[in-house]
Amino acid sequence: MKPVKFAYARPQELSELTELLHSEGEDARILAGGLSLGAMLNMRLVTPRLLVDINHVQTLQRTQNAAEYVQTGALVRQADALLSPEIARDVPLLRAALSHVGHFQTRSRGTLAGSIAHADPSAELPLALTVLGGAIELASRRRSRVVNADSFFLSPLRTVRRPDEVVTAIRWPRRRNDERFAFREFALRAGDYAVVAVACKARVAKGVVEDLRLGFAGVADTPILLDVSFACGERTGEGLADAISARTKALEPTADLHASRDYRRQLAAVLTKAALMDVFTPKLESVS
Amino acid sequence: METQESWIGRSIPRKEDPALLTGAARYMDDLSPVEGIRYAAILRSPHGHAEILKIDVSAAEAMPGVTGVVTGDDVARLSQPLANLFGLKMTYYPCARDRVRYYGEPVAVVVADNRYIAEDALDAISIEYRPLQAVVDPEDSTASSAPLLHEALASNVVHSRSFRYGEPETIFATAKHLTSIKTHYPRVASTPMETFGVIAHFQSAPDRYTVWSNFQGPFTMYPLMCAALKVPSPRVRLISPPASGGSFGIKQAIYPYIVLLAVASRKLGVPIKWTEDRLEHLAASSCASDRVVEMTGAFTKEGKLEAIAIKQLENVGAYLRPPEPAGLYRFHATLSGPYDVRHFTVENRAVVTNQMPSGLNRGYGGAQYCYPLERLMQRAAAELNIDPVELRRRNLIPTAAFPYECISGGLLESGDYQGALDLALRKFGIDEMRRMRDEARASGRLFGVGVACSVEAAGSNLAYVNLALTGEQRAGRLPKSGGSSTSSLTIDALGGIVVRIDGAPAGQGHETVVAQIVAEEIGVSPDDVTVMTELDTLRDSWSVSSGNYANRFSTTVVGAVGLAARAAATKLRRIAAPLLDVEPEAVVLRNGKAHASGGKNVAVSIRSLAAKSHWDTGGLPEGVSAGISETATMTQLGKDVDEQDRLRSAVTYSFQCDLAAVEVDRQTGSVNILKYVTVHDAGRLLNPQLADGQIWGGFAHGLGAAMLERVVYGRDGTLLSTTFVDYMCPTAVEIPPFEIGHVTSPSPNTLFGAKGLGDGCSMLTPAVIANALDDALGIPDLAPPFTPDRMWSLLSGLSPDADKGPRDSATRETTLPFADGGTVLKGGDELDLAAPPEQVWRLLFDVEAMQRILPGCKDLAETEPDHFAATIVIDIAGIGGEYVADIRIREKDEPRQATLVSNVSGRLGFGQGSATVTLSPLDDGARTRLAYRYEARVGGKVAGIGHRLLGSVVRVVLGEFFGALEEQIAAKPSGLLRRLRRRARLLAKAILSR
Amino acid sequence: MKRIAADEKTRVAFRLNGRPREGYAEPRMLLVDFIRHELGALGTHVGCEHGVCGACTVSIDGRIARSCLVYAVQIDDASVMTVEGLAVEGKLTALQSAFTRHHALQCGFCTAGILISTTMFLEQNPHPTEDAVRHMLSGHICRCTAYNGMVQAILEVANAASPSIVDTAGSVEG
Ligand SMILES: Cc1cc2nc3c(=O)[nH]c(=O)nc-3n(C[C@@H](O)[C@H](O)[C@H](O)COP(=O)(O)OP(=O)(O)OC[C@H]3O[C@@H](n4cnc5c(N)ncnc54)[C@H](O)[C@@H]3O)c2cc1C
Ligand code: FES
Ligand code: FES
Repeated sequence: MKPVKFAYARPQELSELTELLHSEGEDARILAGGLSLGAMLNMRLVTPRLLVDINHVQTLQRTQNAAEYVQTGALVRQADALLSPEIARDVPLLRAALSHVGHFQTRSRGTLAGSIAHADPSAELPLALTVLGGAIELASRRRSRVVNADSFFLSPLRTVRRPDEVVTAIRWPRRRNDERFAFREFALRAGDYAVVAVACKARVAKGVVEDLRLGFAGVADTPILLDVSFACGERTGEGLADAISARTKALEPTADLHASRDYRRQLAAVLTKAALMDVFTPKLESVS
Repeated sequence: METQESWIGRSIPRKEDPALLTGAARYMDDLSPVEGIRYAAILRSPHGHAEILKIDVSAAEAMPGVTGVVTGDDVARLSQPLANLFGLKMTYYPCARDRVRYYGEPVAVVVADNRYIAEDALDAISIEYRPLQAVVDPEDSTASSAPLLHEALASNVVHSRSFRYGEPETIFATAKHLTSIKTHYPRVASTPMETFGVIAHFQSAPDRYTVWSNFQGPFTMYPLMCAALKVPSPRVRLISPPASGGSFGIKQAIYPYIVLLAVASRKLGVPIKWTEDRLEHLAASSCASDRVVEMTGAFTKEGKLEAIAIKQLENVGAYLRPPEPAGLYRFHATLSGPYDVRHFTVENRAVVTNQMPSGLNRGYGGAQYCYPLERLMQRAAAELNIDPVELRRRNLIPTAAFPYECISGGLLESGDYQGALDLALRKFGIDEMRRMRDEARASGRLFGVGVACSVEAAGSNLAYVNLALTGEQRAGRLPKSGGSSTSSLTIDALGGIVVRIDGAPAGQGHETVVAQIVAEEIGVSPDDVTVMTELDTLRDSWSVSSGNYANRFSTTVVGAVGLAARAAATKLRRIAAPLLDVEPEAVVLRNGKAHASGGKNVAVSIRSLAAKSHWDTGGLPEGVSAGISETATMTQLGKDVDEQDRLRSAVTYSFQCDLAAVEVDRQTGSVNILKYVTVHDAGRLLNPQLADGQIWGGFAHGLGAAMLERVVYGRDGTLLSTTFVDYMCPTAVEIPPFEIGHVTSPSPNTLFGAKGLGDGCSMLTPAVIANALDDALGIPDLAPPFTPDRMWSLLSGLSPDADKGPRDSATRETTLPFADGGTVLKGGDELDLAAPPEQVWRLLFDVEAMQRILPGCKDLAETEPDHFAATIVIDIAGIGGEYVADIRIREKDEPRQATLVSNVSGRLGFGQGSATVTLSPLDDGARTRLAYRYEARVGGKVAGIGHRLLGSVVRVVLGEFFGALEEQIAAKPSGLLRRLRRRARLLAKAILSR
Repeated sequence: MKRIAADEKTRVAFRLNGRPREGYAEPRMLLVDFIRHELGALGTHVGCEHGVCGACTVSIDGRIARSCLVYAVQIDDASVMTVEGLAVEGKLTALQSAFTRHHALQCGFCTAGILISTTMFLEQNPHPTEDAVRHMLSGHICRCTAYNGMVQAILEVANAASPSIVDTAGSVEG
């Protein structure tokens, strides 16, 4: 299990990086934490001509606070985000999702952006970003653009990122005071990818749902949101949770070695209800 | 005179640990024993079953850094096929020649300057295969319609034998109650953290092979290697490294690889190192057989089990690799386990299928037998309305009955089974657990308590393999029986004590225990004893039964060490006696000194006695030879199989009783193990902490088998559990609360009264958990692993494998989940196109247009009418490469319907598929409705590793294909091609990533 | 910008367990192969080469890493710690001694990675709960033990590190 031959480049500046991707992006792979890419390289599933190690690009290390969102640079590590008091305060859903991502040993180098760019449909962070309505910042030699999470993911491991683009940062919408969050996951072992995960963001006032976003990982080719607009204006409670979780019947998951289609649907319903009960209860937010 | 506590029976810290903890220990891959080593990589079959039409290694051989390539033809030229037990015409070389029979079977070996280059060269070998129908299910494989794996054999059933003990017909005819079950115990693999490794070095004049390998015995495999390599002993010299990263029996199966690498070294004239990688290990090292068992028990009204009818079908994989089918016979001498039953019928069969050959795996043949037997007990208890614990109690061999001779020959020499059961119940808190169960049930929860018992053999009698042979077959052969171990102990002129053993340990702490025994016998501290566990067949004493398996250590190896130590002690006493002025019998060895017993306060150090034995040979008492160098052999009890097919198949038997309480979550199917207790009667514990360590470890394996692990093949023979992501070993979080208890009934058959406990829970835990689940759910048909998905399916009244494909599993416990392999993709859709059918037709089937819409198409040629050859670049998220596609158009009905049949193959795998496209006019023919249905089979690496994502990959590809078609119809001019090349590329390529 | 051609072997200079070391590697060489086979630091092991088993775990600049998923050329100028860097002059660390006392290892193949992980973990979490310890260990696979000895050893060391925590004398033995 050894990778094919590849050249290696280690830009220090974003401009160097985008220049490199401009000229060689088609045959290159960006290397961040390497926790996902390394296995694919070692198994020779991917055979790039060039590995672009972005770990030394200083400007990608930063976390910045904008009014509406927390912007995490492409090199912000999962472990650092997990330990960050600011993230816990401002983006609690990310904090909750992170505790399910891999292990102590993988979060240390694994990046938030790498997980987003990797676009595994069972991954937690793409789900959290989608439910939050966050966005991905991309840069190429000529221009930068911001893509909303709900249009970023195309299918397993495929996104709208073009080969000459690098994800420079992720925008995680800052929590509003009246927002509540829940993240529930079912995995077969500690640290495994989700069989199914559910993330939820809600605004509830005086026992009435004002706004609700509900999304899933592990049930489709990308993280997906379920249309639960009917819940707005309804009173919170088990009845509503049941009604919403009944909607998960519409999901069309695929079976794999570890979970049948029906079972994934079942998990989606069970986790949905649990997540909703988390946000319906008066606690500010609840994570599992 | 100071007293000295006994070293035996103490939990002293391990001698092995300092080197292991500091990174100083040397394992197989750490060795570079000779200069000029080159590195091997092995090309393996991506097919479960296929004919090899052509192998072209020229490009690989021409690569810089490549020493050479070895193929099946070389192997056939330079070696003999590996033998099988029955002399069947099943040509088994360690490298396939014209046919591959399992996913991962070696087809070529590349040797190069390093592993990286060797793997590059693997990619440069081109092989043409013709896929054959595969069979992976053992029952399917017995059918006359099943594809035959070995042409020279009439059937895939390679072994069948039946046995009868007592008067089973009479008992069954008059039995008050019959309980029947059928189970299919799945394949699991112990997956030691260190994979296989071999360094093979061929030297000529005379031809000989020196091999370093973490092979751990049994050395009954050694003669097979010599025969295959066509050299007499000792011209295969096997050397095991000082440290081993675990074996659990699995490393028995290295021997074909030793032959393969030895042949490679011979052909290429260089020493060669091969370190198996994890993907190779999971695909093609070895694993436990899976077994289908039908059992019927004849019970009295009171629940006394009187007779058992047993039918076993063992899936040994693609070749009957020795010692298989011995797994069927390891428990044959104790057919009723710990219970007193005198009447049996047994029908055993072994069948070959397109799975990797099976072999030793922790508790060899044990789990496959304990599972049905203990499920039978559980079902009988339920049917007879007797408490399952009480049913055990009524059937366990009573303490007064020891030594108990089983009807099939096993001798259970001592034990207190009832006492162990009592202790287990106490530790478990059975009443409290039952109360909890009642409470839980009252509130609608699914709570169950399970019990199971077993005996565990230690120190195999070599003859048990012979049970697979009929009396006539045996008659023509050299008798086999018993077994032995040899150990030598030397004390040098400075008093340094060195002990050698033939145990080839793999982490169990044998160095420590051996030092304890020697310390005890010659009155020194274990710190003073150096234990050599490396085994060199040219230098050290070894025998066919040498190695690390079947709890051989605590019985036979320890016995040999004890005898050697006693011989050394005797000699020390004789040398000391005149110096202390007493008779040798009156010399006591203690605390590094020889003392005179009986109050005399004189002593002489053992070191000076040793010095004397070397420096002052003239001053030794008469009849005492110089130096201290004692070699002793422990000869095991046991005769060959007798005419009635009875055999005493092991030196000693321990007993084990386990209890578990589980709760099942109705909603998610998760099984929560609330409490687990295991009690062992393993005789005297030589080092209790290490004994418990073995029990813990066995439990982790049993738990893995019960809850998570399974070797899974698709119907087409593609392995699906190819990585550590899909072959799921438990982590620290998955280990439930676990308690151990001991009862001690020393064995009269071993020197220190020890029995075995290394297999323990690895054999029994799946049965205990199944019984607890049965108790909780009342569902009799249960097959491990009890994953949430499978449990939930059961609770929902679905088959555990529902919707992974059709399978009539209502009545049987089944293990193979993907009825259709999970590698079969089916689908279809419709779309409306803004062009008349004729135009759509042309776009679909005209060469040039086709070239434009086939995503990633590099070139396409119509080789004959309606037959196309294409090169396409398949690339999904960078995963892929160049593929060769052969496309035929069939059943053409222009412009209405056509079927495309294609074969695609490339580096990451292959696919065969067909798609039917139907065009119907819309709006009076101005537009067209295109409907398609497809079915594709995908195999190879991509299916094995990326099966999870294949479906969506196909959807992506189809989406892009039809997207391109639509764009063509909309006739967007230039730039299209470029965009297609870049964005949309074709067909299946999936992924791992995890 | 550093750039290395696919065929080019470059010099990689870094600190290994505090000592300056250097060797040559082409870009695709895995860090674990580099330290094992180029530099002879054989204490770190390879169990899967796909990031799952943890046998190859090392620390790079104080961050825990799977050395099978890192390329040697990446560690230029970095400081790498492996199991060989734990004991000083043969004197075992408290963690190593606790491992032996609690029989936390059998074959020892997984142990190097686990010791590195745990050492780093305890630096960040000096007083973890058992649950936290188990979750940390979930990043490693051990096939010989059932992790119990490790959990006990780690908790013992963590408890001993804090005099403020009342010693639960003897009760650690599980
Ligand atoms: C044992 C184990 C368990 C894991 N468990 C989980 C889990 O439970 N949940 C989970 O979500 N993940 C899990 N992962 C994967 C997670 O650890 C990875 O960190 C993550 O998927 C990728 O992040 P990375 O920084 O390592 O990216 P890399 O592996 O370096 O890159 C991943 C992909 O993204 C691309 N990429 C990376 N950064 C950028 C960028 N800035 N711009 C453009 N493209 C980029 C790369 O080219 C590559 O294709 C696990 C991994 C392991 C080894
Ligand atoms: S070898 Fe690196 S994680 Fe297994
Ligand atoms: S001690 Fe052997 S793998 Fe952990």
